[in-house]
Amino acid sequence: MSAADQQSLPSAPPALGIDRPKAALICFAIALALMIAQYTGLLPEVLHRLPESMIPPFADWLDVIFEFVKEDLGLLAFTRFLTEGLEWVLDVTGNLLFGRRRWPYLGPIPWSAIAAAVTVLGFWLGGWRIALLAGGTFLWTALIGQWEIAMQTMSVLVVAAPMAFVIGLSLGITAWKYPRFENAIKPILAVLQTLPFFTYLLPAVIFFKVGPTAGAVATVVYAVPPMILMTILGLQKVSPEVVEAGKMSGCTRLQMLRHVYIPSARTEILVGVNQVIMLCLAMVVLTAFIGMPGLGAKLLEMMGSFRLGRSFEIGVTIVLLAVALDRMSKAWVAKQPEHFEKGTPWWKQHRYALIGLGVFVLFYILSQFVPYLSEIGRRQSWSMGREIDGIMRDFLALDWVRAITGGLRAFLNNNVFIPFRNFLLSIPTPALILLIVAFGLWLAGRKQAMLAGVFFSLVALSGWWDRAVITLYAVLAAVILATLIGLPIAILAARNEKSARRVLLACDTAQTFPSFVYLLPAIMLFGITDIAVIFSILIFSTVPLVRYTIEGLRTVPPEITEAADMSGATRWQKLIKVQIPLAFPTMAVGFNQAIMFAFFMVIIAAFIGTQDLGQELQRTLAGTNLGTNFVLGICVSLMALSFDLIIMKWASDRKRMLGLGG
Amino acid sequence: MSADTPPVISCTNVWKVFGANPKAYLKTMPEGRSFDEIRADGYIAGVRDVSLTVQKGEMLVIMGLSGSGKSTLVRCFSRLHDITDGIIEVEGTDIGGLREHELIELRRSKMGMVFQSFGLLPHRTVLENVAFPLEMRGQDRHARRDRAMEVIKLVGLEGREDYFPRELSGGQQQRVGIARSLAIEPDIWFLDEPFSALDPLIRREMQDEFLRLQALLGKTIVFITHDFDEALRLADRIAIMKDGAVEQCDTPDQIVLHPATEYVRKFTEDIDKARVVHARVLAEAGVSAEGEAVDGAASVHDMAKLLITDPRDAFPVTENGVALGAMSKANALNVLLDQR
Repeated sequence: MSAADQQSLPSAPPALGIDRPKAALICFAIALALMIAQYTGLLPEVLHRLPESMIPPFADWLDVIFEFVKEDLGLLAFTRFLTEGLEWVLDVTGNLLFGRRRWPYLGPIPWSAIAAAVTVLGFWLGGWRIALLAGGTFLWTALIGQWEIAMQTMSVLVVAAPMAFVIGLSLGITAWKYPRFENAIKPILAVLQTLPFFTYLLPAVIFFKVGPTAGAVATVVYAVPPMILMTILGLQKVSPEVVEAGKMSGCTRLQMLRHVYIPSARTEILVGVNQVIMLCLAMVVLTAFIGMPGLGAKLLEMMGSFRLGRSFEIGVTIVLLAVALDRMSKAWVAKQPEHFEKGTPWWKQHRYALIGLGVFVLFYILSQFVPYLSEIGRRQSWSMGREIDGIMRDFLALDWVRAITGGLRAFLNNNVFIPFRNFLLSIPTPALILLIVAFGLWLAGRKQAMLAGVFFSLVALSGWWDRAVITLYAVLAAVILATLIGLPIAILAARNEKSARRVLLACDTAQTFPSFVYLLPAIMLFGITDIAVIFSILIFSTVPLVRYTIEGLRTVPPEITEAADMSGATRWQKLIKVQIPLAFPTMAVGFNQAIMFAFFMVIIAAFIGTQDLGQELQRTLAGTNLGTNFVLGICVSLMALSFDLIIMKWASDRKRMLGLGG
Repeated sequence: MSADTPPVISCTNVWKVFGANPKAYLKTMPEGRSFDEIRADGYIAGVRDVSLTVQKGEMLVIMGLSGSGKSTLVRCFSRLHDITDGIIEVEGTDIGGLREHELIELRRSKMGMVFQSFGLLPHRTVLENVAFPLEMRGQDRHARRDRAMEVIKLVGLEGREDYFPRELSGGQQQRVGIARSLAIEPDIWFLDEPFSALDPLIRREMQDEFLRLQALLGKTIVFITHDFDEALRLADRIAIMKDGAVEQCDTPDQIVLHPATEYVRKFTEDIDKARVVHARVLAEAGVSAEGEAVDGAASVHDMAKLLITDPRDAFPVTENGVALGAMSKANALNVLLDQR
């Protein structure tokens, strides 16, 4: 039997002339046969796992390439030169915001002055609500005694976000102008967006030194892709009549760009700005892993020493900052210019700028006399960290709580996770690859299936197969659980408009949180365990799932649901026969995003101590194994890309088939 | 409109083909290929072998159903589209040979265009939109403000100059579009279905407004519409397009009386011809008639009462004091009763 299997392996790629479902079935059958052979002990070891000797040393090759680029091409000298410039800017913001001892020796600016100015800015952008949110956030940060670390984070953010914006905008414009350039960068952007963030960090460290500079660079690189995409989208969407009107007005090319295209694409560009800010914040927090001081580093430290109270407070600060920045930049997107009646005096037209400046100066002066307005020391802060620690500990020590979390942990571990993991690990490598190919053939098409097969084969060749499978296990387990939890929530919420809107708002808000924060509740409930990893991935990936399911259900055309009602369908029938089939493509997009988020989170969760690729990645950060770091990062990216290709193809095919405009 | 002044726009055998490699395709394409055959070859013929002229001060209305190529043709006149074959001359210069800066100069000094969905810049106020072409050619702030205010007044938007487009109604937005196209005092004025996006009542009002402006300014106009009534109301001459080619280009009277093709005839079927046909076209030169003359500019509809009550068989026709000949009563009655 094993001999027959061996022979059939080379013919594994779907033979031409066989239709897709059949080819999928064949792949599946071969995989099954391989697995049976494995369990009956007939499969030779070569087919179970690739032997070490056959694994090409990708990491070493990459190291050689990097070495070449670094030393021989003089890239390092160039980047170190860039570092100087960036460092200078970061020193300036650092000095102003938290008083680093560098030129211009003016800072730190008193917290009250900044908070007051931000409040006025919030009011200008979006009225009282935003003003309250923005002011409240900064007030909270100061009162809880985290002003300095928050400003350390902000000092990088205020440099990285504008840089990412400018780079993204110019690359976006170039790509829009030259389609060839666009075609060249599109696949790179796709890979960049699925690369785990660790992969960004190490090159940044090597080329730009440890600390804020490397953090800023990694952050910029991380935040640029969506800005490019939004810029291209916005410029392409400018109405042709507006373009023609510009041309007929005799615009030169430069005038077209400056006066017609960019202002007309304002909304998309500002949405890009919003994404840049959010991604920058998420990344700045994560740069804690390469020694960037700030909120992230503090959170890491506190979680490491299991001081949940302080961790919780920092988590709240991060979340508040994220929500405030998100709402403010979104308010900016929605803000349209208002006209002033003729004869409005100059000061009235600029009254918000003047008021902002006024309160800033006022609090600046006040704080010179009232030290409390200038700086809140540790003693004076209202931090309840220790108390919360105590409460948490007492709570977790309660018998029934322990019984629940412990029982849940034991049950899931013994009956679900470990068997599932062992099952995945037991599958022979070629069988698993074939299963993925079958999955691709069944859902998407030949091209996607082949690519997925190639991608997973590369992972197998990388020599990190077992770790990759453990990563896959964590992702799949979490996403399956997320589906089981998320779908009912979404279906219930979509039943009426009001609850749907509420849940959507909650999802939107939750999506703005930097991913790091999701670890908090997991650790609080389950301690530092495998379950906590799955749990944090679970929360993180439930969000897009719920969101897209609701959106899919809500966009089912009302005529169709009315037709179902008139056909006498019960609620349940309507849901099963009409709404879900129509919403399914959109739901699939959500499912896909859940998987992407899960791959992202599983790497972060490595911090808790798992045995997957993430942990290895983290280990590379400690040293300078650039090659290994890249190989690991690309492994994760390849697996994520495979799912992305297959599911997105299926969703768009399905949408087209249903006539929903794919 | 005399024939001896050179035409403002003249186009000869103009082709505009969309597709992968239109120039090469057109070279090898056999003569007389139809729109559908070209489409089967993978190309779209936007404009097919069009030749026509526009005289100074004339209003040429290009009309046709959507997709007939009328918007494409007008965009060829201003070289918003580069044509695939043929020659387009504007005031004697071949615009196909202009360099970019010369083209920009031409648009800055001679051409104005109004768009169907207005094409206003959303981030600029009414005043800034109207002043936009002036700003582009580098006029100083004061001069352009004064000129912009002048045209804003002309289109009746005074007091709204600091509004943003989204704060205006559709009709008002199109007034801004018109004002902007007039700001540089263009000689040639292109209007691409300017009133199609407006509701019928406003459309009527805007047509009146447009006729008032034209009476005031006397521009050379190329006007696009898919509405035949609008075409009849405004045009000196009408060019009817189908599948990229001009089916007939003539005065409204002639189009109604002598449709050149079956397609044009179908178009004119439901038209009240008595309102379109004027005495001057019915007058046969060299024939004379007795009695009081009718005005050449009078439509058959205007003369209905006369035709029925007057016993004469023919009426002399004069226009601006010049005798044009005589109009036979039978012919006029045929038009009135819609018989041929």
